[in-house]
Amino acid sequence: MADTTAPTPLIDMHNISIAFGGIRAVDDASIDLFPGEVVALLGHNGAGKSTLIKILSGAYKRDSGQIFVNGEEASIANPRDAKKYGIETIYQTLALADNVDAAANLFLGRELMTGWGTLDDGAMEAEARKVMGRLNPRFQRFKEPVVKLSGGQRQSVAIARAILFNARILIMDEPTAALGPQETAQVGELVMQLKADGIGIFLISHDIHDVFELADRVCVMKNGRVVGTARTGDVTQDEVLGMIILGKCPPGAIPGPGALKIAA
Amino acid sequence: MTDATSNTPAVDRARESELSPVGRFLKATELDIRMLGMVGALLVIWVGIHILSGGLFLTPRNLWNLSVQTSSVAIMATGMVLVIVMRNIDLSVGSVEGVIGMVMGVAQAEFLIRVIGFQLGNPWIWVIALAAGVALGLIIGALQGFIIAYLEVPAFIVTLGGLLIWRGMAWLITSGRTVAPLDATFQLMGGGPRGSIGATASWIVGILACVAVALMLLNGRSQRKRFKFPLRPVWAESLLGVVACAAILGAVWIANSYPWPIGIVRQYAQRNGITVPEGGLFIAHGIAIPVLIAVAVGIVMTFITRRTRFGRYVFAIGGNPEAAELAGINTRWVTMKVFMIMGVLAAISAAIASARLNASTNALGTLDELLVIAAAVIGGTSLAGGSGTVLGAMLGALLMQSLQSGMVLLGIDSPLQSVVVGAVLVVAVWLDTVYRKRV
Repeated sequence: MADTTAPTPLIDMHNISIAFGGIRAVDDASIDLFPGEVVALLGHNGAGKSTLIKILSGAYKRDSGQIFVNGEEASIANPRDAKKYGIETIYQTLALADNVDAAANLFLGRELMTGWGTLDDGAMEAEARKVMGRLNPRFQRFKEPVVKLSGGQRQSVAIARAILFNARILIMDEPTAALGPQETAQVGELVMQLKADGIGIFLISHDIHDVFELADRVCVMKNGRVVGTARTGDVTQDEVLGMIILGKCPPGAIPGPGALKIAA
Repeated sequence: MTDATSNTPAVDRARESELSPVGRFLKATELDIRMLGMVGALLVIWVGIHILSGGLFLTPRNLWNLSVQTSSVAIMATGMVLVIVMRNIDLSVGSVEGVIGMVMGVAQAEFLIRVIGFQLGNPWIWVIALAAGVALGLIIGALQGFIIAYLEVPAFIVTLGGLLIWRGMAWLITSGRTVAPLDATFQLMGGGPRGSIGATASWIVGILACVAVALMLLNGRSQRKRFKFPLRPVWAESLLGVVACAAILGAVWIANSYPWPIGIVRQYAQRNGITVPEGGLFIAHGIAIPVLIAVAVGIVMTFITRRTRFGRYVFAIGGNPEAAELAGINTRWVTMKVFMIMGVLAAISAAIASARLNASTNALGTLDELLVIAAAVIGGTSLAGGSGTVLGAMLGALLMQSLQSGMVLLGIDSPLQSVVVGAVLVVAVWLDTVYRKRV
């Protein structure tokens, strides 16, 4: 982390903790992200990665810890706050309102209005056609509720919503879980394209093979704690697997509070 | 983007050639099959009852009465659509209607006259009584909505409690005594010969409505042109306009074909010094005021659901509450507002229903909650949330009322009427389920 070129990280989450009932879902976790960087957040189901990221996107409120955006402390209490900081999230469930059309979903919570204070559906559909044309040029089903779309089309609606508002930080929670090989490759291309635009991306996955190629760094979590962080060039996939399964931090990685040797 | 839009017509034409003539027609006009089905069912019921009753049903008099009887339930059904779309239910509307009717009755017939000392017939009486009723509806709705949205008690329970509480309150206000008569101006909201606007005004309203339909079609077309979206064919636009205007003017014509009863004409003639000619004097009712109110409510509610941010949020929350929350929508406040609207609509219905009776009784609105829910559901509102239309619910109310008053005309006993209405509700929802699975 120290040898990075950019001086201030886009996102810096410090010592974040949250508990549900008696369970510490995230325990003293720290993670950072630089512009144009892809950081993969890995771990088993229940390792706390989705929870950590939902704190960043405003879906959960942290018990302790600080979040810095561009070096300045940010107060994120709800999804609206996060969006103000340019943090956009593509949730694992996609979080689409199934009964309304693509344009309504893209602008949900941020509708374009006419001078009369009414919804400007025409303008929203036109914008939707533009952004969807970039992501999925064959997509034409703008009048149908998204429940009728295929998995890949729904995914592109969710992605389009995230990039429509000039996101600076993009969180993708298991972005390819519901996709076939071809669509997965498409998402990969998109990630590289956004990265080239200088957007910082968190990729969350429980499957290392999905993300190792795309990521600049990996951060592994286990039982709510960070095992370690490493540049993908400094570690092998097997070593990362060891971090995920055993919590063992290899020499190429910077150990976190959850690493086995510290815990032991 | 230019690519995408220039491709569209080609794709549409290719698909269109695969469709049957009916499919092409539906695609060109963009009409909803479900809505057409409902209109069809309504016409079948009307013609069926007309034949069975030996020509009693499709008369200006019966249709005019039908329109007045439908108003009160139709108004509440428009609000129930929003409630059900958000995956909630409101079982209390009938009781809320009852307690508000009672408060408005007591206000105008007793409180304002005896306690405040207003003269009988003071124009402020009906204004204050109506305003008090609407305010009470808003407060009751806000209270129930607050408990549902912020205290997280299920709507079913809160409004089931409300069903008992507000009915009990209505009784407590006068210990069960009926309050009558009501203010003369207030009574106009209930319809009747005086509560109708007459032939000339009805034609004016009808023509204005036709102009509005034409303007809306033109505006929709120019909006689509502005963004280069596919346009409906000109013949389809014209057909929609002509059919809508024919329906409006036809309804006005029917309302204008129903004359005042002879007794009232005679009184009117005496008072105005007119001599009644040999064949009697034909004075048309025209559109009834409660029907005008219901139509206005329908238009406002349609506008709210289709064109405002609030309406969009109601549907999005109904489709996926979690997604709406993650999109930054304040779902609790939206929920509370929906119940506030429901309360206000119950107040308007209470005004119409009590004005029609010319009395406030503590039984006013009993079982209306079930009619209102049935109207919304028959009108295509899904209990699973996320879908429903205001127009559908109003047609649903008309359908229910047609069945009921039709059965009265046929001389069917009231227990059997209940059996039929219940069966129709179940069958309608079953048909809707089948339809949803296939589409």
